[in-house]
Amino acid sequence: MAEMNMLQAINEALSSEMEADKKMMVFGEDVGHFGGVFRATSGLQEKFGRDRCFNTPLTEQGIAGFANGLASNGMTAVAEIQFADYIFPAIDQIVNESAKFRYRSGNEFDVGGLTFRTPYGGGIAGGHYHSQSPEAYFTQTPGLKVVIPRNPEQAKGLLIASIRDKNPVIFFEPKRLYRASVGEVRDGDFVIELGKAEVVRQGTDITLLGWGAQMEILESAADMAAKKGISCEVIDLRTLSPWDVDTVAASVKKTGRLLINHEAPLTGGFAGEIAATIQEECFLYLESPIARVCGLDTPYPLIHEKEYMPDALKTFEAIKASVKF
Amino acid sequence: MSNAKTNAETVHRVSFLDKNSIAIPILKVLQADGTTYESAVLPVIDEALAKKIHDTCVFTRVLDERMLGAQRQGRISFYMTCTGEEASIVGSTAALDDGDVILAQYREHAAIRYRGFTTEQFMNQMFSNEKDLGKGRQMPIHYGSQALNYQTISSPLATQIPQATGVAYSLKMQKKRNIAICYFGEGAASEGDFHAGLNMAAVLNSPVIFFCRNNGYAISTPTEEQFSGNGIASRGPGYGMHTIRVDGNDMLAVLAATQQARAYALDNNKPVLIEAMTYRLGAHSSSDDPSGYRSKDEEAKWQQHDPVKRFKLWMINKGWLNEKEDAELYVKYREEVLAELKVAEKIPLPHLDELIQDVYDKPTPILEKQLADLKTHIKKYPEAYPKSAGRI
Repeated sequence: MAEMNMLQAINEALSSEMEADKKMMVFGEDVGHFGGVFRATSGLQEKFGRDRCFNTPLTEQGIAGFANGLASNGMTAVAEIQFADYIFPAIDQIVNESAKFRYRSGNEFDVGGLTFRTPYGGGIAGGHYHSQSPEAYFTQTPGLKVVIPRNPEQAKGLLIASIRDKNPVIFFEPKRLYRASVGEVRDGDFVIELGKAEVVRQGTDITLLGWGAQMEILESAADMAAKKGISCEVIDLRTLSPWDVDTVAASVKKTGRLLINHEAPLTGGFAGEIAATIQEECFLYLESPIARVCGLDTPYPLIHEKEYMPDALKTFEAIKASVKF
Repeated sequence: MSNAKTNAETVHRVSFLDKNSIAIPILKVLQADGTTYESAVLPVIDEALAKKIHDTCVFTRVLDERMLGAQRQGRISFYMTCTGEEASIVGSTAALDDGDVILAQYREHAAIRYRGFTTEQFMNQMFSNEKDLGKGRQMPIHYGSQALNYQTISSPLATQIPQATGVAYSLKMQKKRNIAICYFGEGAASEGDFHAGLNMAAVLNSPVIFFCRNNGYAISTPTEEQFSGNGIASRGPGYGMHTIRVDGNDMLAVLAATQQARAYALDNNKPVLIEAMTYRLGAHSSSDDPSGYRSKDEEAKWQQHDPVKRFKLWMINKGWLNEKEDAELYVKYREEVLAELKVAEKIPLPHLDELIQDVYDKPTPILEKQLADLKTHIKKYPEAYPKSAGRI
């Protein structure tokens, strides 16, 4: 075990996978010698050469199309989109191509060895083009897996699992936590199974569900609730597509209440999907309506970031309202 | 200096370049009467290769004619022909090694035929039956075959262009003596993927041939409304790419250009752009009628440049073919296509269970549940779902 931040954990995952898999390549804007704008790919070009870790021209649709081509011909492609806000030029290649390669070809071809890494989310005073959480655009696309880690240990295990997964994965990295989140990370390679949520904290009164950077918000809110005598069960979904209905439903059947928290705007967000499924699975167990504490339906603001955020205090208020319903 | 890639001289008077500043010639080898130009340098070709090329052209003509008819009869939903563009497609494919990966747009079925796609396989795809390699997931003509290194067609335009750059890079990294070839029309060259794919190939040193079929029309839009530069070829040097323009109705010119492009791409790990000047004799697809946007006179003029006829005359001049053999080949393929068509349209459709396969490598629990719910529903109302109800 070693203590490291999330960037170091990601770098270690990439490095150990490139060591083990000679067909793996890491590429994107500035990821070569510079190591990426956040330095997640530091040292990889020196270690593995310019053919396997390299800069691409500034073209997200090109990066995604190129990645599809590599993966369709037997390579392991790990492409970086510099900010998740800039993934939209690539959306046709990801949604129409990556996601459907296997299905539309009848499994003659697939891009299973493809992972898109991209920093998402706010809290860095980045304004809307450096702060968005576009996960819901991709959870609606069959054929993609969507994964979001919450800390260094999770980042390493989930990223290695994503790279090894036989399906295209979009791996959203909470950039607010890149350096802020420090923790113990297991040595060597290990995987955390995709598609499985984790019960981070046991509780009896309400289930709090989130992912990525919002997990620390949920934990703070749970601490605040505990002081009022409310026992929160906290769950990290970790994989949004395909998501772990069973773990969430089992928890809600126990606590009778559910609160979902995400940074992305409320309308059309993934919380809506979860709420609909859980009311179907747990209708007779619910003691109160499923609560959603999410970003506002505005572009991600610069100056009113704190107000926009579904923070611990808003979450705490929603917990109390749900328990008192 | 960071922009050291230019060693341009300086001038002191304003002077603009225009689209004619780069004059790109058209390579021609074969004349309309089947003789070659006196100074022309021929491609590497022997009788066996010529016969395979001719055979592929005849099959494709017959397939186009028969399947367009089948679409008109309502037996298949959709069709696209490659009529008029056979020399561009077959001439280029014939220059390749079987291990070279083909990424086509949608009008290049002659290429997969050249590689060995059987008449039966064509029919199974078009009828979306349970023997279709694509499992009935896409419209007719979206062929693909892992065994033949022909990537499955995707409907969105130009997406295959940056993918070809990636495929070629992977071939280089795997140290295979192979390249990728990417076909697209001049209309697709307007998409952002064209720029992304060509620029990345040039910068990242991918051994790929970008083969533009400049066939005059993108559905109904003529080239004058598609681009205003000097064709597509003029863009190649801008990307720093070896580029050639050929007569796309001249089998020998296309073959010669592609043979040399392949050798260059392979030996140098560099891309090449080929622009084939051709003409789409047929409609864009079975869903449009070209009489609405172009004249009969224009089509008649291009009929005189028929690439299949021109190559046939060359073979006859060489003594490698006669009119009788040519006519017999058409008869043979007409019978074969019709016979296989009748078989394929009676083969059952893919089983309902296939619906949730291949979304991921394994169906997710949510998909399994959705299929189970669907089956329960179909069992309740079998008459409403005649295609699947009997086989659940």
